[in-house]
Amino acid sequence: MALLTCSDLSLGYEGKAILEHIEFEVHAGDYLCIVGENGSGKSTLMKTILGLIRPLKGKVLTGDGLRQSEIGYLPQQTVVQRDFPASVYEIVLSGCQGRQRLRPFYTRADKELAWKNIRRMELEPLARRCYRELSGGQQQRVLLARALCATRKLLLLDEPVAGLDPKVTAEMYQLISDLNRKDGITVVMISHDLEAALRYASHILHIGASIYCGPVAGYLKSETGARWTQRGGEGT
Amino acid sequence: MTLRVYLQMPYVQNALLVGVLVALCASLLGVTLVLRRFSFIGDGLSHVAFGAMAVAAVTGLTNDMLLVLPVTILCAVLLLASGSGAKIKGDAAVAMISVGALAIGYLLMNLFPPSGKSNISGDVCTTLFGGTSILTLTKLEVWLSIGLSVVVVAFFVLFYHKIFAITFDESFAAATGTNTRLYNLLIAVIIAVVIVLAMNLVGSLLISALVVFPALSAMRVFKSFRAVSVCAACISVFCAVMGILISAVAGTPVGSTIVAANIVVFGVFTLLGFARGRL
Repeated sequence: MALLTCSDLSLGYEGKAILEHIEFEVHAGDYLCIVGENGSGKSTLMKTILGLIRPLKGKVLTGDGLRQSEIGYLPQQTVVQRDFPASVYEIVLSGCQGRQRLRPFYTRADKELAWKNIRRMELEPLARRCYRELSGGQQQRVLLARALCATRKLLLLDEPVAGLDPKVTAEMYQLISDLNRKDGITVVMISHDLEAALRYASHILHIGASIYCGPVAGYLKSETGARWTQRGGEGT
Repeated sequence: MTLRVYLQMPYVQNALLVGVLVALCASLLGVTLVLRRFSFIGDGLSHVAFGAMAVAAVTGLTNDMLLVLPVTILCAVLLLASGSGAKIKGDAAVAMISVGALAIGYLLMNLFPPSGKSNISGDVCTTLFGGTSILTLTKLEVWLSIGLSVVVVAFFVLFYHKIFAITFDESFAAATGTNTRLYNLLIAVIIAVVIVLAMNLVGSLLISALVVFPALSAMRVFKSFRAVSVCAACISVFCAVMGILISAVAGTPVGSTIVAANIVVFGVFTLLGFARGRL
């Protein structure tokens, strides 16, 4: 059974569909990159998978014992977060919030999990620092550590390298790739960076006027992929 | 000493107690409100309460709380619970509701002057600045504010981690299974109740100052959410005590003196934060 199945999914806001008839599966261990033009509905698709937006039609099913609330999510940064007075530790620990239910305080296991992920993201020296004083790449690692607290199996990343310089971008991709290969965490990532998507991902989901979903090798041969890669993705 | 004489008077004791409790509640809620860009909600909601009071006065309701509280709660829920999905965003929505309610309230009071009340502008001034009402508290009002403060502090302590998670990143919290709608609703209701009660005691101008100043002062210096919350509560209580004592001795208006104390502390903390940044 697939970790995530979207069957005949139509999505959009207030009854207006942006995307229709989306069909794809994500299996354990996959690294899926979602590519497509601006406004094609990539972020909307991700929010629908997370249950933040109701699909207009169709279903998002989780399998393999994964619950929808056990998906780790790395959203795009909001304005509020940029000057938020919170320590790295507080933010990473808040990733355990979903499992709290009505318990008001974190358990020892939650705290250990938070420290484990802080170390995993090499953030230990920064753990007591304030989030707003960190560099863009460090902030993304904090949010990634938080997402890892919320999941053991599946990470959804919404443009994790937006606004980072090339060196930090490469490090971030390596980090995500390691999580996928060494720790066996399934990754679904929205990306503008087609070159990196083709290099790191195992599968591509292209959404827009034409839809492609499948392995990277097949994507390059497909009509959608050929047209898109010739143009070098968007923005160039 | 004159101060000792004042402190033995029961109405000064009551004013101190209620002032401290209201300041504590407002500052705890203030941290999340300021961070979510809802600094003006205290002002906005107290104007809504004023509008509702005017309607109650015009229609001759004997107990205006029956109208004021539900209307204010409704507006708070509309403003806060809609969250990031709202059509008209945060500050614009607050401004609209606040100015609208104030205008309608004043208009109604002019069109249908309530019997027995001829001094409309005096009434408006009292609503905005609190007048001397904190020195004329009844026993019921004192107990009411004690009860309410216990509820607010308990809510804040029990839901501290959830409030943090939702304030920092609402969509992540929702995606990982936190019922953000419910907590937003609860926060909105509590804010509305605090503001309505506090407004009767200390005036609507003061309540927005109590919401924003301690949180902003604490944020100048402290860098974790926990430290900011604790520090904001301490600043707020300290300023409330200082303000009430100074106003008792110097004979200045209570509300404005507390706000002045908050402004001084904000200045001091800004300098401290600056010095800390340099070190």
